Amino acid sequence: MTVDLLYTDDERTLADAVRSLLADRAPVTGLIKRVEQPDTYDAGLWRTAAAEIGLAGLLIPEALGGAGASYREAAAVAEEFGAGVAPVPYLGSAVVATTALLAAARASAGRAEGTAPSPAAALLKRLASGDATAALAVEFSAFPPALPAAGVRVSGARPGDDEDGVTRLRGTVRSVADALPAGVLLVPADGVPGALYAVEADAPGVHVAPVVSLDMTRQLADITFDDAPGRRVAAGEAADAAVADALTAGAVVLAAEQLGLAQRCLDMTVAYVKERKQFARPVGSFQAIKHRLADLWTAIAQARAASRYAAACLAAGDPDTAVAAALAKSACGDVAVLAAEEAVQLHGGIGFTWEHPAHLYLKRAKAAAVGFGTAGAHRETLAALVNLPAPA
Amino acid sequence: MALSTTASDEAELREAIRAFIAEHDPASVPSAEFNNARFDAGLAAVTYPVGHGGRGLARGLQAVADAEFARAGAPERDQARNVIGLGMAAPTILAYGTGEQISRWLRPLWTCEEIWCQLFSEPGAGSDVAGLATRAVKDGDEWVVNGQKVWTSLAHHAKWGLLVARTDPDVPKHAGLSYFVIDMEQPGVEVRPLRQATGEAEFNEVFLTDARVPDANRLGNVGDGWKVATTTLMNERVSIGSGRSVPREEGVIGYAAASWRQHPERRGHDAHQRLLRLWAESEVARLAGERLRQQMAAGEPGPEGSAAKLTMARLNQQITGWEIEFEAEDGLRYDDWTMRRDATRGYERGPGFRYLRSKGNSIEGGTSEVLRNIIAERVLGLPAEQRADKGVAWKDIPR
Repeated sequence: MTVDLLYTDDERTLADAVRSLLADRAPVTGLIKRVEQPDTYDAGLWRTAAAEIGLAGLLIPEALGGAGASYREAAAVAEEFGAGVAPVPYLGSAVVATTALLAAARASAGRAEGTAPSPAAALLKRLASGDATAALAVEFSAFPPALPAAGVRVSGARPGDDEDGVTRLRGTVRSVADALPAGVLLVPADGVPGALYAVEADAPGVHVAPVVSLDMTRQLADITFDDAPGRRVAAGEAADAAVADALTAGAVVLAAEQLGLAQRCLDMTVAYVKERKQFARPVGSFQAIKHRLADLWTAIAQARAASRYAAACLAAGDPDTAVAAALAKSACGDVAVLAAEEAVQLHGGIGFTWEHPAHLYLKRAKAAAVGFGTAGAHRETLAALVNLPAPA
Repeated sequence: MALSTTASDEAELREAIRAFIAEHDPASVPSAEFNNARFDAGLAAVTYPVGHGGRGLARGLQAVADAEFARAGAPERDQARNVIGLGMAAPTILAYGTGEQISRWLRPLWTCEEIWCQLFSEPGAGSDVAGLATRAVKDGDEWVVNGQKVWTSLAHHAKWGLLVARTDPDVPKHAGLSYFVIDMEQPGVEVRPLRQATGEAEFNEVFLTDARVPDANRLGNVGDGWKVATTTLMNERVSIGSGRSVPREEGVIGYAAASWRQHPERRGHDAHQRLLRLWAESEVARLAGERLRQQMAAGEPGPEGSAAKLTMARLNQQITGWEIEFEAEDGLRYDDWTMRRDATRGYERGPGFRYLRSKGNSIEGGTSEVLRNIIAERVLGLPAEQRADKGVAWKDIPR
């Protein structure tokens, strides 16, 4: 095996920049107030991340105004957003929606010389500039390789639609992550053929309703399309492939985010048990606590290898990517929940209060464990991938 | 040891090996002669120092040398019987040995003409090995050794033993130890097989009765035995992480997966869920081992070796436990309880053997509980256990 499972210097530098930005602009203590607002996304923070570090277009080719980085860098960045439980649409826009558009743009790359850029390429340019974010309108729990059942259908055309290249969409998608701040919604819709449409979030007939979510640091939204105007970015198999790629990338990069969250929970908890004294000694000197933290550290060391492997496979288009994604999402999903639950428990009473940020990590970890497929769902995909078939 | 390699290091190494092979045709030169000449040419272990079998190069280049020699058809050495010598004795001798000691021991160690064993654990000193009771008393230029050691792999083949013994019982336990290389082929050393739960005897008990060690065979100063022993034990853990890359489904998970594929009639949903989890965790553990090797090759030795061992022990036990259940009536049969002295077969013996043998994985080479303490204290920086024997002279410790 020649896959590099370490972090390159560039990946470290990028992660350091994100960590500094979050420490400076979005300390976790401030988030406790923010999560009580109706809409919790931090638009200012995201604008700075986009402008100063170029995160909006991290995966977008330089020719379209992006940074041309790979999923390895994208995963390294996600670890920091997980560590900071940051309320920004990085995963939904810069990773998931961007991946769908990159696939769509590749599928339409055969267009004749001199014609206008494909709608997907035009959207990628817009995302790279940081002017807008996008979200793929699928339930957060959708997981690869199964495609989500489209809750949206093509409805009757209105006069002038054909000339404008507009298709009308009708239906509802519940529990979409990172849709609240999105300017563009990418909507898989049934039709003949099924297709992926881009819908402006402020177009008439689009209703994006905030959901009071378990995890308010990545707030969900229910979206209703009422004859909303969409423009096709991919159709048929290309649309299915774009959604499948996006879900796989979502699972892999979310796994990295879970890893970063787990590491931060461990670090916070270790610092706390060194300082907190009961029975005239630091509680971290009790073996009952030391062994739990040693086990957590061990699980994180394991999950880190899975996360790095998946990011490297995705970056290289490796044929083992499906297996790697299932390993990463199951290992990192489990370890993030374990780390957050241990953080709450080992902080004792203070860890159960609203004023301490442990609950933000717990909620983010548990919600992320469902996002893009639970650990169990991912392990079950291995049955077919590695020839361990289910009982007849 | 150099931490980084350059392209020129690698090119020079390949050139030196080709020149050596040109002068020593593996097809005609006898094995022992070839290996001794290879050592003298500085082409044994590339990390060994110049003049002592190596050229002071980075660990990563050993694979290059191994591949070149394998391609040329170089003779094998009996490495399997000398894992203690190669993995633990050699680094300790290189770290603490005098030039004379290195010259005496390293070459036959590397060629595996002399086998080594390790005499640390005692019946009364397992996890608390620093509390050991084997005494060494100075008698002129020699030390006279009395005591009992246990869990000694390969003692029945060994020419030399790495011995930690108490030379001063009047100081706290860590301060009263010294480290020796003892000749195992002498009347005062008796090696008896130690039979384990599997029925075989992989290990030995070693009884030391007025055994003698020349003072010239001491590694490090009198009283520095714990420091020297720590070097040996660190290399034991390092060797876990520096092995070769392994393919997917190697190890016990391979038996479990193969059995699942062969026996559709035994499949059930609970077994399936558990197998998928074990498969995923095994594969992640394999990747973590690979990541550890990459860290070490890049000169960032991490403490992940302890994590790798903890995880391996847990998974081996869970997987082999699953196997017994999945194999149903076949899992209830055992191949043979006869005591075997030298296990020529291992995990391929069957699910019962695998289940029983893997119980040792969380005990040997540091119990899982001690490894958790090590991770908690050395990696996470948590406070050390409160110790009742701290600062107490060894002879006054209640036992």
